[in-house]
Amino acid sequence: MSQQSEKKGQPEYLDAMRNPLVIKLKEKFKENILDAKTYGNELTIWISKDILIPLCKELWENNFIYLVDIMGIHQPNKEKNFALSYILHNFKNNERIRLKVEIKESELIPSLTEIWKGANWLEREAYDMFGILFSNHPNLERILMWEGFEGHPLRKDFPLKGINTGAAIYPDVYPEGGGPPKKEDKNA
Amino acid sequence: MLDVQELELNMGPQHPATHGVLRLILKVDGERIVDAKPVIGYLHRGTEKLFENQTYPMNVPHTDRLDYIAAATNNHAYCGAVEKLLGVEVPRRAKFIRVMLDELQRIASHLVWLATHALDIGAMTPFFYTFRERELILDLFEEYCGARLTLNCMTIGGVPEDLPEGWIDKLKEFISIFEEKIWDYENLLTDNRIWKKRTIGVGIISPEDAINYGLTGPPLRGSGIKYDVRRAIPYEVYPELDFEIPIGKNGDTYDRYLVRMEEMRQSIRILKQCIEKIPDGEIQTKGLKFIKPKPAEVYFSVEAPKGELGFHIISDGSPKPYRVRVRPPSFINLQALPSMVKGHLIADVVAVIGTLDIVLGEIDR
Repeated sequence: MSQQSEKKGQPEYLDAMRNPLVIKLKEKFKENILDAKTYGNELTIWISKDILIPLCKELWENNFIYLVDIMGIHQPNKEKNFALSYILHNFKNNERIRLKVEIKESELIPSLTEIWKGANWLEREAYDMFGILFSNHPNLERILMWEGFEGHPLRKDFPLKGINTGAAIYPDVYPEGGGPPKKEDKNA
Repeated sequence: MLDVQELELNMGPQHPATHGVLRLILKVDGERIVDAKPVIGYLHRGTEKLFENQTYPMNVPHTDRLDYIAAATNNHAYCGAVEKLLGVEVPRRAKFIRVMLDELQRIASHLVWLATHALDIGAMTPFFYTFRERELILDLFEEYCGARLTLNCMTIGGVPEDLPEGWIDKLKEFISIFEEKIWDYENLLTDNRIWKKRTIGVGIISPEDAINYGLTGPPLRGSGIKYDVRRAIPYEVYPELDFEIPIGKNGDTYDRYLVRMEEMRQSIRILKQCIEKIPDGEIQTKGLKFIKPKPAEVYFSVEAPKGELGFHIISDGSPKPYRVRVRPPSFINLQALPSMVKGHLIADVVAVIGTLDIVLGEIDR
């Protein structure tokens, strides 16, 4: 019984500047297309943030009409310390590409809500979790954390154990710091 | 002259029809919905933050808690993403076991959807019928991995256990029972005049809007778009299996109901083919004791019962992932709710929440 269960080894990033789609985009957007690579079967294109909207409109013309997901990334070791990963899908030949935009903190990035309504909540989540600011967003407020929460939980400098938000639930039942009362208190 | 004013109405977060802790702020004009605003985050547990602080294999049980009524597909999506990152090919027998668990999970999840959706609209009987059959599936899961809900039934590189002796026979028995019972549900609902009145024309979403909002799963297929990750970007052994992707026409609640009913039949078809084709052999890839991938970024998705469930993983060369993001289908499907309920009655909001089949564990993560 011979099974193909050996480890094939991790794939490498391969240069994809000769990919037909990348060549087409490169003609139009020139040096704003920074880099293109494939990993396994995934094509990633690094772009500068200025061309995000026109590029997405161009891709829409090329049948990439579906926005799969937006992911925020915090990379404190790099000079451009935030990044966004967009995944687009093409229904015609079931092709997927990833657009990657790197920005500095406090830089504004254009919102994709004018092209995809679905980008609304995804961008709100990136704002909530990382503090990435979007321009022209119709409703940029927190989505998973509550209004008034200080900090952005998925940043690398945010502690895993959480922060003291000052919220007190039943302060007369539970002492400061949370948790059930100690045993001595119970007997007292 | 009558004094007309809009009223703001809170629905949830503690409301039986919101399927968890979903809060809707409804603006109503009499009984008509003028606007709806979902408020989420009540079940936020910081799963993505936890993922970053644990090694790759330690994260598998955490994925169970995302969509807690369809744990097998969550495990599958996460393990598949790590395997894609590592360039690992799963043994053929493990692929079949995964597909069988996925399809059983799809049926179990759709049964919960049917039960609660019908119960919300006012039909109580399907609840008892569907939970009776779901019990059989949970028994199969229990025999396979020991758990009934939080399965933790896949590992990176395969599955943890081989199928127990006699499991396939029990699966065959379940299939023969379920094939008859599915007609019982249809007899109760499909031509039921009240069911039709409550679902036809309610919560319509056009194909263009469905794509624009990024819907996946039955809400997208109900609008007539033939998109299923199992066919679009095939994984495991789905290319070898013969099944159809049901689609609707009108994009309303009734069509989504028909799509899900047909999906359960197709899952049975897949299970039958798996029983015939499953080979002997290994179930786990060797050499994955210590996982330490080189820096890379991948995205892998599976067709979960609720839609496309994807995992993005960024590795940085350490045994822990640098960043993990979940693409939850319910989160993105819920976004379309306000546009689906506008102009309908308050009672229809309950029907639309049911038809979107949301799970708050996955939305809030």
